[in-house]
Amino acid sequence: MRTCLVVDDSRVIRKVARRILEDIGYEIAEAADGMEALAWCRAAMPDAVLLDWNMPVMTGIEFLRRLRAEPEGDKPVVVFCTVENDLAHINEALDAGANEYIMKPFDGDIIADKFAEAGL
Amino acid sequence: MNAEEVALITSLCRARAGMKLAPEKTYYMESRLGPVARREGFNSISELLAAVRARREEPLIWAVVEAMAAGETWFFRDRTPFRQFRDELAPQLARARAGQPLRVWSAACATGQEVYSLAMTVAEMVDVDPSLRVELAASDLSSLALERAQAGVYNQFEVQRGLPIRLLARHFEKVDENWKLSAAIRQRVRWRRINLLAGLKSIGRFDVVFCRYVLGAMTEETQRKVVQELTLVMPDDGVLVLGLKEAVAGLDEAFQPVVGRPGLYRRNPAFRAVAA
Repeated sequence: MRTCLVVDDSRVIRKVARRILEDIGYEIAEAADGMEALAWCRAAMPDAVLLDWNMPVMTGIEFLRRLRAEPEGDKPVVVFCTVENDLAHINEALDAGANEYIMKPFDGDIIADKFAEAGL
Repeated sequence: MNAEEVALITSLCRARAGMKLAPEKTYYMESRLGPVARREGFNSISELLAAVRARREEPLIWAVVEAMAAGETWFFRDRTPFRQFRDELAPQLARARAGQPLRVWSAACATGQEVYSLAMTVAEMVDVDPSLRVELAASDLSSLALERAQAGVYNQFEVQRGLPIRLLARHFEKVDENWKLSAAIRQRVRWRRINLLAGLKSIGRFDVVFCRYVLGAMTEETQRKVVQELTLVMPDDGVLVLGLKEAVAGLDEAFQPVVGRPGLYRRNPAFRAVAA
């Protein structure tokens, strides 16, 4: 089964995202910030990461930069999912190696569509 | 909405645009006509329809028909037709045209996402082959939809439906809470109001016609007529693109499916449309 790491400091968002992604066939792991997410990835690299931007301890963008520098860290498809909805953030995410980008609020259709867009 | 009102709507839509409306879908009619009533200054749909009946004014009739005909669409709908256009149709036809521009028509373009998806695809193809020339035309029955399409402004929900983020970043700018397509992409498209029922002979020739998810909402008679007339605007090697699983009356005589390419059709060389 394909695995997806859901990274968001909101437990509610993680729960909603988990339900949507499980419905489209993912096994889900959760992390509440970038540092926790990085620990997950070092233990077992997921196929996909759904990634919030603004989080305590380590932000999504910093996690992404560190992830891409890890061995095998280029493998996961990373889809940002954030309230940041301006071009500066989008371009920064793409430059850091994000594959797709969702602007909150999102629904199941948007997630399924963006994951398909990212080649999953 | 009473039965008389429903009958008025269905008969107007059938007569003016060849549409086949299910009379039981009153909720759908109400959701489409509520905004028209408000826009035209009526207190209710019933008042709007009473005025249509009493005055028989063309603009009011068309406001009703256009609202009922307005299609829903999104960027890169079904994805594969755009890939096939980029990788197969456009290169083949461009070779055959030997430097003459390739002409593509998005028929019933609604709010423009289909033709803009083509325009963004063409922009990327031109990056690779600057000699490629593609002219894009788009039409719709609804002048309101055409206005929206021409403006090229979409909300956050619309730009997240089918549009890859790289294309958003490349071709759009944020204006307040909406996203506006660049002038470079918008200027690739020529717009026209066309009623498919009214005859297509004078609209020009098109090598590729995208006519997706519109014929299915029409009466069988209209489907046959439009399919026949599409052959008049397409050269022998032209390609018609329908929705992936669309069944259209009269299609089998006038066109042949492209094997292994669902939704793609070439003209049947044995078929000649009867000049109407």
